[in-house]
Amino acid sequence: MSKYRLDYLDELEAEAIYILREVAGQFEKPALLFSGGKDSITLVHLALKAFRPGKFPFPLVHIDTGHNFEETITYRDDMIARIGEKLIVGHVQDSIDEGKVIEQKGKNASRNALQTVTLLDTIAKHQFDACIGGARRDEEKARAKERIFSVRDEFGQWDPKRQRPELWNIYNGKIHKGENVRVFPISNWTELDVWNYIRRENIALPTIYFAHQRDCITRNGQLMAASPFLNMDADDKIENKNVRFRTVGDMTCTAAVESYAFEIDDIIDEIASSKISERGARMDDKVSEAAMEERKKGGYF
Amino acid sequence: MDILKFITAGSVDDGKSTLIGRLLYDSEAILVDQLEALHASNRKNDDGSIDLAILTDGLKAEREQGITIDVAYKYFETDKRKFIIADAPGHIQYTRNMVTGASNAGLAIILIDARKGVIEQTTRHSFLVSLLQIQQVVVAVNKMDMVDYNEDVFNKIVADYKVLAGKVGLKNITYIPVSALKGDNIVYPSAKISWYTGDSLLTHLENVELEIDDASAHARLPVQWVVRPQTDELHDYRGYAGRVSSGSFKVNDKVTVLPSGFSSTISKIEFYDKELKEALAGKSVTVHLADNIDISRGDIIVNSAGQPQLSNLIEADLCWMDTRPLDTTLTYLVQHNTKTIRCKISEVLYKVNINTLEKDYDEDFKLNDIGRIVIKTAEPLAFDPYQINKANGGAIIIDSRTNVTVGALMLRQAVD
Repeated sequence: MSKYRLDYLDELEAEAIYILREVAGQFEKPALLFSGGKDSITLVHLALKAFRPGKFPFPLVHIDTGHNFEETITYRDDMIARIGEKLIVGHVQDSIDEGKVIEQKGKNASRNALQTVTLLDTIAKHQFDACIGGARRDEEKARAKERIFSVRDEFGQWDPKRQRPELWNIYNGKIHKGENVRVFPISNWTELDVWNYIRRENIALPTIYFAHQRDCITRNGQLMAASPFLNMDADDKIENKNVRFRTVGDMTCTAAVESYAFEIDDIIDEIASSKISERGARMDDKVSEAAMEERKKGGYF
Repeated sequence: MDILKFITAGSVDDGKSTLIGRLLYDSEAILVDQLEALHASNRKNDDGSIDLAILTDGLKAEREQGITIDVAYKYFETDKRKFIIADAPGHIQYTRNMVTGASNAGLAIILIDARKGVIEQTTRHSFLVSLLQIQQVVVAVNKMDMVDYNEDVFNKIVADYKVLAGKVGLKNITYIPVSALKGDNIVYPSAKISWYTGDSLLTHLENVELEIDDASAHARLPVQWVVRPQTDELHDYRGYAGRVSSGSFKVNDKVTVLPSGFSSTISKIEFYDKELKEALAGKSVTVHLADNIDISRGDIIVNSAGQPQLSNLIEADLCWMDTRPLDTTLTYLVQHNTKTIRCKISEVLYKVNINTLEKDYDEDFKLNDIGRIVIKTAEPLAFDPYQINKANGGAIIIDSRTNVTVGALMLRQAVD
């Protein structure tokens, strides 16, 4: 025995690669859910480390709300071209056109909630049995209890009371037909870990993560990017601000923070001294204390 | 900087959630929006101060019932170390959750209420910590404020606990008097406990040494995935991907593949775009062998000089985790490393009453029962005794009717 210990980023990395390889080994038709955000970008980088020089044993799946930041789509397409892996896109617009979901109305209308239906349809259409996601346990209280292999029933629902015990590093991926498993390889990473890893590995990110000038309005105390997707009225005052985004989601529900963090070092300093958590900048979690738990039960990422 | 994963064993009444809340709060690991939610909550302590226990209560059902049902993971860090807390419930009906939380912990904090001393549940928690082979133990004697910070009370509990520790076989124990509610000795030392000269809980957590087994004798690499690009330029490429679970491998090491028993030498160790001379425990790598032998997922590559046991009849400790009792006539699945095969629990040797540590020869194995059994597997498992190599000695039982994980196995030895 010795006092040798892995550095924390090496340990988190090795664990995530191990989990990705377990997905490859245990499932017939896995997929990696790619949002264009830093967490799923980190997953892609980890998958390169897990499977190169071989191909990924799964496609990337992007659920496109149609209300994306343009920068995210540019990034996505460039990345796919660079790594040469398969991308499947599920469009929320298709779900709307097919009448499976109805567009929300009013000032706070967002397609964020609608994408769950598109996701579940995409999973069913391609018969995915495992979906790898970039969720982390430090994001939110309900996520703090979710397993790394999290079984969903045929309605995509997560039942927090029927979670399987998950011991050591043994992940039970056995499921019945119609069920699928959500797999979270970076469960044990914090927001700061992800940023430190991105810096160490020199991973490129969409530009909206870095400070830039943008027209914004203030809604419910939060800065929202002015866009054709946001229902605005005469009361909304557009101001040009120096902002960046801490998460990449639908434009209608992802709030900006005022920031002068132009480089990754600035961002890490900002987060290290920051006093508001990442999901605090997501309006969709603010609805009620149990908001996330309810959405997860319904099949949300 | 490294990571310390620890578990807290105790019940709501012991102030376990308050202790974790205090650790997070005083080490400034709580962010403003979470703090706002905390202050806005209706739950307060009797003296009107905020109830820190709320920080660890994740699920709605738990908030309603005011108890911690599942394992919740919490993350914080200091300048010295990163911490992952597995917050598991302490009630006996949640023994399986505690076992789950304990399986990955390098340290356990056992909470004792200073007013109650060593009680039945202390025995239970200590037994589980010993069963799961957690390396380091902290006995936190909590609610010292309720006993006027009396040194004699603390010393009596320490003396009582030492007797228990001897019985369950616990080593590396540190005793710390604390009050989670008042914040004494959690993050900051307390003037009220001036007779105690040791470290505060957090200082201890920051500095406690954890050891990793990196002896090549125990080198184990369960194969997860075979990398075969099958492209023109990499036509003959065949790499065995996996995470070194214990020990270390070097290029040119003589290795054996189990269960087949074929031997070869390591010709190359890769990690993405790098070639490594050595792969240490914990690293996920891709290994190449000098000889072309048939290896697939479920096989394990081991150091030829220090091989594990290979058997299909194994004595093991079992913790049952399902509401349906164990059925010794039924065929289950056992998952050990990357291998999943059929098995039967062929014999129940005894159960342990985990409150009293007495043996019980009732064969009926129900939810939360723990005892010793013999498992018969469809193919031999290449395992090490859990007590000397946790990574290669743990396994789970899966009910093939429900696909649920129903048992945790700590393998002990091959049966002749």
